[in-house]
Amino acid sequence: MNEPNQPQAAGKSREEIEHHDHHGADDAAHTERKLDLPAVRALLEKSHGREYWRSLEDLAETDAFQDLMHREFPRYASEWEDGDSRRNFIKLMGASLALAGLTACTRQPTEHIAPYIRQPEELVPGRPLFFATAMPLGSGSTGVLVESHEGRPTKIEGNPDHPASLGAADVYTQASVLGLYDPDRSQALTLDGEIRSWGAFLGAIQQAINLQRAKRGAGLRLLTETVTSPTLAAQIKQMLADFPLAKWHQWEPVARHSATAGARLAFGQPLNTTYDFSAAGVIVSLDADFLSSGPGSLRYARQFAAKRRVRGNQTEMNRLYVVEPMPTPTGSKADHRMPLRAADVEQFAWSLASALGAETAGRRGTPTAADKWIGPLVRDLQNHKGASLIIAGEYQSPAVHALAHAMNASLGNVGKTVFYTDPVEAEPADQVASLYDLVKDLDAGAVDLLLVLGGNFVYDAPVELGFRDRLKKAQLRVHLSLQEDETSHYCQWHLPMTHYLETWSDCRAHDGTVTIMQPLIAPLYAGKSAHEVLAMVTNKPEQSSYEIVKAYWAAQHKGADFEAWWRKAVHDGVVPDTALPAKAASLRAGWASPSPQPAQPQGLEVIFRPDPAVYDGRFANNGWLQEFPRPITQLTWDNAAIMSPRTAQEKGVVTSDLIEIAYRGYKMRAPVFIQPGHADGSVTVHLGYGRTRAGHVGTRIGFNAYGMRTSHALWQDYGLEVRKAGSDYLLVSIQDYHALDTERHTIEKADIAEYRKNPDVIQEDYEQPAPGLTLYPGFKYDKYAWGMAIDLTACMGCGACVVACQAENNIAVVGKEEVHHGRHMHWLRVDSYFHGAIDAPEIYNQPVPCMQCENAPCELVCPVQATNHSSEGLNDMVYNRCVGTRYCSNNCPYKVRRFNFFLFSDWTTPSLKLQRNPDVSVRSRGVMEKCTYCVQRINRAKIDAEEANRVVRDGEIQTACQATCPTEAIIFGNINDPNSRVAKMKSEKTNYGLLADLNTRPRTTYLAALRNPNPEIEV
Amino acid sequence: MAQIFHHSTNTFSRITIYGAIFVLAFLTWCFATLDRSGYETREGQVRDQPVPFSHAHHVADDGIDCRYCHTSVETSNTANIPPTKICMNCHSEIWNRAPMLEPVRASFRDGTSILWTRVHDLPDYVYFNHSIHVNKGVGCETCHGRVDRMPLMYQQNSLQMQWCLNCHRNPEKYVRPRAEVFTMGYQPPEDQETMGRRLVAEYKIQDARALTSCSTCHR
Repeated sequence: MNEPNQPQAAGKSREEIEHHDHHGADDAAHTERKLDLPAVRALLEKSHGREYWRSLEDLAETDAFQDLMHREFPRYASEWEDGDSRRNFIKLMGASLALAGLTACTRQPTEHIAPYIRQPEELVPGRPLFFATAMPLGSGSTGVLVESHEGRPTKIEGNPDHPASLGAADVYTQASVLGLYDPDRSQALTLDGEIRSWGAFLGAIQQAINLQRAKRGAGLRLLTETVTSPTLAAQIKQMLADFPLAKWHQWEPVARHSATAGARLAFGQPLNTTYDFSAAGVIVSLDADFLSSGPGSLRYARQFAAKRRVRGNQTEMNRLYVVEPMPTPTGSKADHRMPLRAADVEQFAWSLASALGAETAGRRGTPTAADKWIGPLVRDLQNHKGASLIIAGEYQSPAVHALAHAMNASLGNVGKTVFYTDPVEAEPADQVASLYDLVKDLDAGAVDLLLVLGGNFVYDAPVELGFRDRLKKAQLRVHLSLQEDETSHYCQWHLPMTHYLETWSDCRAHDGTVTIMQPLIAPLYAGKSAHEVLAMVTNKPEQSSYEIVKAYWAAQHKGADFEAWWRKAVHDGVVPDTALPAKAASLRAGWASPSPQPAQPQGLEVIFRPDPAVYDGRFANNGWLQEFPRPITQLTWDNAAIMSPRTAQEKGVVTSDLIEIAYRGYKMRAPVFIQPGHADGSVTVHLGYGRTRAGHVGTRIGFNAYGMRTSHALWQDYGLEVRKAGSDYLLVSIQDYHALDTERHTIEKADIAEYRKNPDVIQEDYEQPAPGLTLYPGFKYDKYAWGMAIDLTACMGCGACVVACQAENNIAVVGKEEVHHGRHMHWLRVDSYFHGAIDAPEIYNQPVPCMQCENAPCELVCPVQATNHSSEGLNDMVYNRCVGTRYCSNNCPYKVRRFNFFLFSDWTTPSLKLQRNPDVSVRSRGVMEKCTYCVQRINRAKIDAEEANRVVRDGEIQTACQATCPTEAIIFGNINDPNSRVAKMKSEKTNYGLLADLNTRPRTTYLAALRNPNPEIEV
Repeated sequence: MAQIFHHSTNTFSRITIYGAIFVLAFLTWCFATLDRSGYETREGQVRDQPVPFSHAHHVADDGIDCRYCHTSVETSNTANIPPTKICMNCHSEIWNRAPMLEPVRASFRDGTSILWTRVHDLPDYVYFNHSIHVNKGVGCETCHGRVDRMPLMYQQNSLQMQWCLNCHRNPEKYVRPRAEVFTMGYQPPEDQETMGRRLVAEYKIQDARALTSCSTCHR
């Protein structure tokens, strides 16, 4: 296979780089090493592989990778690329003037203070308050505590009392606060694009409703996303009672379509499944990314990690088997992971179920690569009856869900690790059928008034429905949404919706637990909630969300003193005793009718999955999420056709080639991304891109995979055709940026059996020079010495810490072009490493914040003392002193310093100013920045402790990354205190420092990644 | 060809060249002086305010404690500029028709803030915390001066980093007993340093190394 023009990891052709690379011009004659997949494969097999590797480019030792590895920032990060123009000349002159220090020759501008008129009770200016609420998403919700500075919500933390959070938060929750302040949010109510008042809308809607009243609602249709809110459900039921002929339809592109259908198949009723991983010793995931996606994943991740935490003599670990097509955070934690095409996962499930003796009507699956596991796996599971768990992926077929139910039943797991409850959804309808029903009515011209509450159906409904054109068949269309999106454009009335931080409401968590959501701020743009809009329709136009929600719960409340109960429920963020009770469920006899063997697969398999960052597209305009490097792939600002190295080789394509993908007559162009560990013969495409009306951030980036997603195959299907259509698409994965030399033991790992035999196995491998081997005098720490330990056995690489850090520390978003140039600003990155064959590697994740070195190379080279050693061992970074020489980042072996090459922070947009953390400086251009262990939190806790005349307690300071971590992988504290959690972790024999041989003495250390493979399975 | 310039111009150019050094040095001195001057730091300058509020009258004549208005000085980083309600506690009863107080009444009536001009304005990259200073025995007066003698508020000290470091390096020279923190016109004992060292130990004030770590004030 010959590739004439091999693009490199960064997505730029070699020619383009040469063009910018003036330094490299002299060795142009030197033959370049490029990515050659067969050679890489041969190399790996011959030498039994390198210990671990970062990417295919790393393995092939391409020149481009070597260059990235040897530099602090990519070569083109510090190049001026905008060409010569008058504007640029003026800009440069302005910058030079600033550099000359003359901008300091002004007096400080006069500032004003606007005090309160009547200061609210409990509010102390300068001290944040925290309020409990919850963020609903799909069929679940995450309980949160929102930090509010004088009425501005600025940061989201998990609510420790909430069963689906336990104190952690995921990337969507962390980023949702930016969604509140999104300047592209819809700011006015419009009729055909012209601004109207709510009064005008009320007049129009009541006229339409009065007509419907006469027809008993025969022409009234309500279209919503999945509804879990008990209050909203009661309102809808009331509306349907008032208008008996009206219909309610639900559609959400990433709903639990399969899980509900699977429960119907197995039990004959739409039951909800919840899990208890704290009781599970052996776990089999059938394409379930239970650690980082779906309702309850934060809780599951916490429980899962607790069952494999190795400390001292506690060396018991659970064991995880994963079959999945696309590597996920869950796959990276697997003790045994097998890449299988999505359809083969079902075949494997049939085989495993029949081997376990579960009810399968004698059916066995067609053989898959994972079949070699079946013998040992069945023995392992049967040794753990009642303490094992088989979990089916949300996006797998209903049959896989039913099989998981059958296997869990036969292993006696039900009631121990698996629980069934009534559905969390108010109406667990078959959403596809519901949508088809609506389309039928639309075609028949039976819809006079279509009320669309939330959702973006024009964009994300199954493509064969042609929803955009069909929607117009409804006479009067009303759309309530956060943004004027694709759907709003095709509705006459667009109503601005309240963000979840702006309204009273309620929602249910994965187990049914209700949170009464309270607003943190009055609606920024006079939006209304779905409750209020429904109230308008049902002729109670003056009711506020507060009255509606409170009235509902007053009616539900039994017993005296509702007011006290209400206050406590709102305050706690959890309504007591609302978790749905576990239900006995028995398998339907003969559920597994021996259906015909699947047709021979034709072509490649296409797999649709929600994007790990923008989800189903609703977060497309969120800059934090767009720039968030997706777990494992580290892609930013794009989706891609993700495939395995072998499939790419067969199709003659490489990363950042453009291909035309065709499926069932739908065609689109997509960039290729090669992912080691992806199943062969499959192409994963992430939904949520290619938005046409998302806003300034999210419009027209990536490709719209909904354009080929039909209701026939919502998640996967065969029949994809791929044809190369071009090359050199700018696809930005930061996997090779800020690369460390993988030969240098960046990841320490061991099998638990090895570790049990010899606990020193990690220490033997790793060298650290003796203390005192430095010319500089040491530092003394009398009271506190802050340090961090990161447990690589627990870290699954979900990246919640990256977004939490961004929210806490006012970190700027730079955009795709700038990320490509290596100028992204994340203080914390999560590196992925691979070990083993390129087709099915083990995956390791390593969060890398600033190491706060004891012998810090950065401190010694700063000419203006802008980075200094603090008395507690932090490498302080003083932004106001920094002149931007970048010597420090040049000298940093961990590449954790970030430089403001331009004015990346938005200093002008008013709504974004509200989001900023007032305790952290907003950095300007020309300034270096980096992780400081959230020094603002340290100082706050220290001041509180000193005022109370005590020392800071262990656990009192949680860095932003630590607070949000679902698996408690990151622990921060005082290492001077031998009883602190972090000191105990650092005394473990698995503790090691990154690049410790450099004698930097990092304060951030890692606990080695341990795995618990089944000795019976040959790797 | 005849000379264009007369011979004496050589002297002139020499003076110019050598003089340039002095000119540059002079300009640098001017710049440095200006930068530290009251013009730049606004030290000692009275700022216009919507209401000519007199600390002298309220503190010295009426004997109102600092904390009656600056409510969060002991608990938060900011001392709190009092909400209009606090003014109205008294001024709904006394001087309730004074034209001078009309902006206060207007604020209370309309629900709009009185827009005070900031007198003590630290740069945004400085994170000063009132409560820890007050709790460790730094008097209001130490930074703000004799507020009880200020009919109109002005900034007593330069508030430049150099000035902050005077105390952060040698806290014993400035601390006073906690009971005296809110006292105006407090007379330190003759052996301030002896008492200071005792108080530094008693109040567990951090050592100079901690107090002069960058992240103590900047982040």
